[in-house]
Amino acid sequence: MQAPPMKRLLDVLREECGLTGTKEGCGEGECGACTVLLDGMPVNSCLIPFAQAQGSVVTTIEGLEGRHPLQDAFVVEGGAQCGICTPGMILAAAAIPRGATLDEIRLGLAGNICRCTGYTSIYRAIEKARSRRHR
Amino acid sequence: MGATEKSRAVGRNVPRKEGLDKVTGAAKYVDDLTFPGMLHGRTIRSTIAAGEIENIHLGFARKGFTIADCRDVPGRNVVALIELDQPCLAERRVRHFAEPILLLAHEDRERLLEAESLVAIDYREETPIYDPEKSDHCFKEIRIEKGDLARGFAEADVVVEGEYRVGLQEQLYIEPNGVIAVPENGGITVYGSLQCPYYVHRALRVLLGLSDDKVRVVQTETGGGFGGKEEYPSMIAGHAAILAWKSRRPVKLVYDRVEDMVATTKRHPGVIRHSTGVTRDGTLTAIKIDVLLDGGAYMTLSPVVLSRGVIHATGPYRCDHVRIQGRVVATNTPPNGAFRGFGAPQTQFAAEVHMERIAETLGIDSVRLREKNAFRPGDTTSTGQKLGRDTSALRVLREAVSRSDFRAKRRAYRGTNRGIGLALFFHGSGFTGGGEVKLASKASLELTETGARILVASTEIGQGTRTMHAQIVADTLGIPYDAVEVAAADTARVPDSGPTVASRTCMVVGKILERCAQEMRRELGGRSAQDYLAERGSLVVTKEYSGPDGLYWDDETYRGDAYGAFGWGCDVIEVERDPETWQIRPTRVTAVCEIGKAIHPVLARGQIEGGTAQAVGYALLEEVAMRDGRMANAQLTNYLVPTTLDTPEIDVTILENPYEHGPFGAKGVGEMPIDGPAPAIVNAIRSLGVDVRSIPATPERILEAPSLSASR
Ligand code: FES
Ligand code: FES
Repeated sequence: MQAPPMKRLLDVLREECGLTGTKEGCGEGECGACTVLLDGMPVNSCLIPFAQAQGSVVTTIEGLEGRHPLQDAFVVEGGAQCGICTPGMILAAAAIPRGATLDEIRLGLAGNICRCTGYTSIYRAIEKARSRRHR
Repeated sequence: MGATEKSRAVGRNVPRKEGLDKVTGAAKYVDDLTFPGMLHGRTIRSTIAAGEIENIHLGFARKGFTIADCRDVPGRNVVALIELDQPCLAERRVRHFAEPILLLAHEDRERLLEAESLVAIDYREETPIYDPEKSDHCFKEIRIEKGDLARGFAEADVVVEGEYRVGLQEQLYIEPNGVIAVPENGGITVYGSLQCPYYVHRALRVLLGLSDDKVRVVQTETGGGFGGKEEYPSMIAGHAAILAWKSRRPVKLVYDRVEDMVATTKRHPGVIRHSTGVTRDGTLTAIKIDVLLDGGAYMTLSPVVLSRGVIHATGPYRCDHVRIQGRVVATNTPPNGAFRGFGAPQTQFAAEVHMERIAETLGIDSVRLREKNAFRPGDTTSTGQKLGRDTSALRVLREAVSRSDFRAKRRAYRGTNRGIGLALFFHGSGFTGGGEVKLASKASLELTETGARILVASTEIGQGTRTMHAQIVADTLGIPYDAVEVAAADTARVPDSGPTVASRTCMVVGKILERCAQEMRRELGGRSAQDYLAERGSLVVTKEYSGPDGLYWDDETYRGDAYGAFGWGCDVIEVERDPETWQIRPTRVTAVCEIGKAIHPVLARGQIEGGTAQAVGYALLEEVAMRDGRMANAQLTNYLVPTTLDTPEIDVTILENPYEHGPFGAKGVGEMPIDGPAPAIVNAIRSLGVDVRSIPATPERILEAPSLSASR
């Protein structure tokens, strides 16, 4: 992958790779819409220069291929309304350890703003995805 | 048929139509689209609040740039809405900070931003007006008169007065405003993040001087609206269209967060004054209310916001003698506009905090006071509307009180750092007064080989329009939900179903679709779709709004049936204060809403939870700091909206009391949940002994407020 080193990872993903599932909500690290996983850790791709991501594994929403249990659970429980926060929210949720308490889930999602849902249905979706995984 | 037949989709949580696309990243929002040869656009805005433009210095080499100002407008230089008072690009005069003056477009975004920084504009400044009380320009004045106010006050034992203030609020959809304008077929096509395709369509026709068929507006997947993409897209679409018209190339205009916050509409701030006559036992005998809203520099939708505001200003309480006077005035701030609730959250905040103060003054239980005065079926509202059997004020109140264990908690929390408060509210569904009749919305249903396709201009902006419409159509036709498709909201394909606003998409447009489906079913007469199409070729049924018989409204006197139906809600909110900082943390919300019929319980609950969270922000966090007519905190770092850590647990109960003219009994649900939480939170703070009467109730404001014993 070649791109200018200082270009934001967000722009590299959207413009160079054509992966538009990663969204921009603020461009200043506050909303979490641009969340991707960098070697499994959630980061705001609007704050990361491409150079910093080089040599790492970047997971975007497209990388989950629709098969992650959270994706179906978000649909069923109403965790996605307008959907603009959803890719980032699902990736942030995917990085939360399985046994996390509700307070730990809250903390894990504190950097991801959703203006539509009031978060409650997102917690329900996370619960649902876990119970499915246990089965 | 319809409601009488056993429903298979309605009332069930069928999968959301575009759900999979939204969770996989496949859904295309406007910024995800590109067109060959596309330019990027940027808007140069005024840096003063009032004055005249004297000179514009570009300061950069023009090659490769498309530059447009008001002289490049092919038609009329206005944003066509209620009044044609707002220029699309300023001519000489500037009336607010961030008013659009000049447009730039270039292939390369970096070059564009660089050029923007080199533009300098000289002004002759004038003295701006920021205080609505000092404004000399009133956009709209409304007076509602019921009974005989003097008589009502004569019957009172006590008169309780109060002044309440509400601040600006930013919609803060996570996807900023954005459009792409594409010159094609001798006209313009605009793709965009928007709520009302036909509003934009009309605005572009006027601006470009084009005929109907030369303008096409297509909604792209929209990352939240909340009213913020009701009227504003007409402006940004106009700008992109002017640039596209001039350059003959597609132009993308997508705002960044700062621009979106600085320049676009917000919820109207206001001052609401109450004077209420009441007997010792708590019967309301006279209500006098004065509403003043700050409209900002241009009219936008202010008269309609005021209208909904004054009609809801009494709260859901009966009283024989009422006078409400409302005004919305001009100031030199960016225009305010539509935001979920549309005037009702402002006035019901005042009404419900005032109700609490009446109880405090009389020394009676505030739940009893509300029970005594709450609307019952057969009561009349301030406009003289007689309420029907679907009036559920008492039911939601009692349910919320018992479900939250309100009384026991109120006793238990006394003298601690915990507080509990309550608010009772109502919300009219659909356009106000004669609005729906004037709109004359249309919806169409097209028979397909495998089922039916919905053709409406109603937009999906997160609330589940496509899903809920498809449920109504599936059950009315008696076909599976999956057999119903929904066409894109594209003015070249769908009829004008009116705007996606005012909690009307389910109740009003859904009803028209139900009627389309009923007729289609009759027409099919038991034949399969394939047989019918083989025989007849095609079938499209189009219906127009037709209101229930006997609805009456007089716009001159403001008398009559303001809305087809009202939803009813009650919130109980528990809070905790930090004893040192007076930071208030809401811990639990009990929300009870009566919405007629929940077509899709998960979607309906989502509206209530989401609206509640927005209102928690309105009550406590969301302060728009205006300095010299501009938003000084136009960033997410310092304009705080509720995160997971600020949003309390929300316990939702949905009650159903069917509205006979709604599809399957449904009323509106989108806006109502934002009416209650702010007064419930402030009443909870009052239970901690502080006389707060304005929002947002930030720690500074709470610390400044007198203690309750002192102010009584
Ligand atoms: S766009 Fe990166 S945090 Fe908002
Ligand atoms: S679903 Fe709209 S912002 Fe989260």
